[in-house]
Amino acid sequence: MSIRALPFAIGRAPKRVLPGFGLSLGVSLLFVSLVLLLPMTGLFGQLAGLSLAEYWAIISDGRVVASYTVTIGAAAVAALVNAAFGLLLAWVLVRYEFPGKRLLDALMDLPFALPTAVAGITLATLYSSNGWMGRLLEPLGLQVAYTWVGIALAMAFTSIPFVVRTVQPVLEDLPVEVDEAALTLGASDGSAFRRVILPHLWPALVTGTGLAFVRSLGEFGAIIFIAGNMPYETEITALMIFVRLQEYDYAGASAIASVVLFVSLALLLAINIWQGRFIKRLHGGRG
Amino acid sequence: MSIRLQNIGKHFDAGRQRTQALEPVNLDIHDGELIGLLGPSGSGKTTLLRIIAGLESADPDSGARILFGDRDVTQVHVRDRRIGFVFQHYALFRHMTVFDNVAFGLTVLPRKQRPTTGEIRARVHRLLEMVQLEPLANRYPAQLSGGQQQRVSLARALALRPDVLLLDEPFGALDAKVRQDLRRWLRHLHDELGFTSIFVTHDQEEALELSDRVAVMSNGRIEQIDTPDAVYKAPANRFVFEFLGDVNHLEGEVRDGVLTCGEARLSASLPDGPEELLLRPHEVRLAPAPTPEARLPVTVTAISPVGAEVRVELAADWLGEPWLATVRHADYERLDLTRGQRLFVIPRRWHRFNAETTQRRQAMTA
Repeated sequence: MSIRALPFAIGRAPKRVLPGFGLSLGVSLLFVSLVLLLPMTGLFGQLAGLSLAEYWAIISDGRVVASYTVTIGAAAVAALVNAAFGLLLAWVLVRYEFPGKRLLDALMDLPFALPTAVAGITLATLYSSNGWMGRLLEPLGLQVAYTWVGIALAMAFTSIPFVVRTVQPVLEDLPVEVDEAALTLGASDGSAFRRVILPHLWPALVTGTGLAFVRSLGEFGAIIFIAGNMPYETEITALMIFVRLQEYDYAGASAIASVVLFVSLALLLAINIWQGRFIKRLHGGRG
Repeated sequence: MSIRLQNIGKHFDAGRQRTQALEPVNLDIHDGELIGLLGPSGSGKTTLLRIIAGLESADPDSGARILFGDRDVTQVHVRDRRIGFVFQHYALFRHMTVFDNVAFGLTVLPRKQRPTTGEIRARVHRLLEMVQLEPLANRYPAQLSGGQQQRVSLARALALRPDVLLLDEPFGALDAKVRQDLRRWLRHLHDELGFTSIFVTHDQEEALELSDRVAVMSNGRIEQIDTPDAVYKAPANRFVFEFLGDVNHLEGEVRDGVLTCGEARLSASLPDGPEELLLRPHEVRLAPAPTPEARLPVTVTAISPVGAEVRVELAADWLGEPWLATVRHADYERLDLTRGQRLFVIPRRWHRFNAETTQRRQAMTA
């Protein structure tokens, strides 16, 4: 049978010029299945053992709900702080030349490379009441370690690269002339930034902040040492999952994990759809 | 508004190296004039334009001053200089519609000076009408062609009625046909609105066609500033002569009033010694036989019969680089030119620049 007889099965272009479509898509799907979908299926497999009422009871348990509040609150604060400082860092890295720029650029990836537990232990010793920073902050009435501030701090540390690394390329792509054009038209520095630069960076900034937020929701290693883990106060959701696992309650752990998963997935999907629309406009679509 | 530049110099420090981008430059531009800054890349023309705009600052030690009319703007920030600037790559705000781009300058005015929304709307539509883009007001820049984008950028720059319009290679990124149209259109607009403009270009034709006066620049210096006609007919030095058009070189030894170069001979009343003569392609004639004054045998290597004149490429053993001659279509047919044909070049006139004094002399031959 000729290929021409199967135009719909192959797709819109009956003859592709670029080679390797079938093979590369096949390998991609296989990889996605093994690495992403299989573990997720396992998670839902665990959930199958629970009735709806049991599921609801686990995820609406008072201590677990308190952990949602702590996690989401701290992650939101961390994400917002990162949005502001990540934007600043990206700006400095792209727009200015200074000695040590390469080093600062490389440092941005450190939170990705460093084992999060190492970061957690370091932060905990630094901010405990007799650590370097803790000793300075304690007299001011600022308790960082073993409070939600510490949790937010650890989250901010692990997720800052997301903002910097998503904003940086977009900023590099924005010619300096656009900025200069705004100034020649009499715009103040503030309005040039607000009306010309920020709208360009907005999608990247939202994506970066969203990724940082989602990453913070699931962070465990860096937080656990500085959080203090007091029930109802400084317990994060990831810890609740861990506790269930230690009790060999796989179904319970999966139930809580599924909540984190859904929230993260919904958020990522929403950002993706919104960003797609914005970018279409920049590149000439009518959206 | 007239512009006066005094001692505008600029250097860049790259590590330990100090590069002089601009030797201290003095320049007076009259009210309503259209000045072309012409030069090869790296000649400092864009740097000079950006200093006038206030996007870069001149070296402070040289006593630099920039005057717009009577107003000293040397220390004035770019946003307060009341200039319009057009960038080579348009620099449009991609997330805004054409309308919003043009309106931008008006909407960022301080509240007290800002016109009402209705006034802004009317003014932007007038500007868009002027650049013939009114139907596209609601499009985004990415949906426009290069020429249209540059017109939007021009309308945007004119929205605040600037005293001075500065254009940095405004047509450099456009294709030849569009460039021609826009050039003429800009000239009309300039004559109609009467602002003072300075534009940067590396295209001789563009500079000569568009400007009231042309400033030819090289290596951070203004080599000559004059009307296009004067610059072309009486170039101040060899650089200007060579930059303004195609040039044929004839290098040889003069002895007893005859210049010799291999088998080529040319009568020239010059002192004995090595000599280099320069000839424009339209200043040579092609003939089947030599004259008593000139015996310059060449072979035709290429013919391009496009345009008002036929361009003929010539080669010979005694020539380092091939020569270019432009002949009228009538002559082309009369000579029955074909590739590989052997002919003689008869110069109508030639130019000579003395390297030390940059003095120029010209002579006519038969």
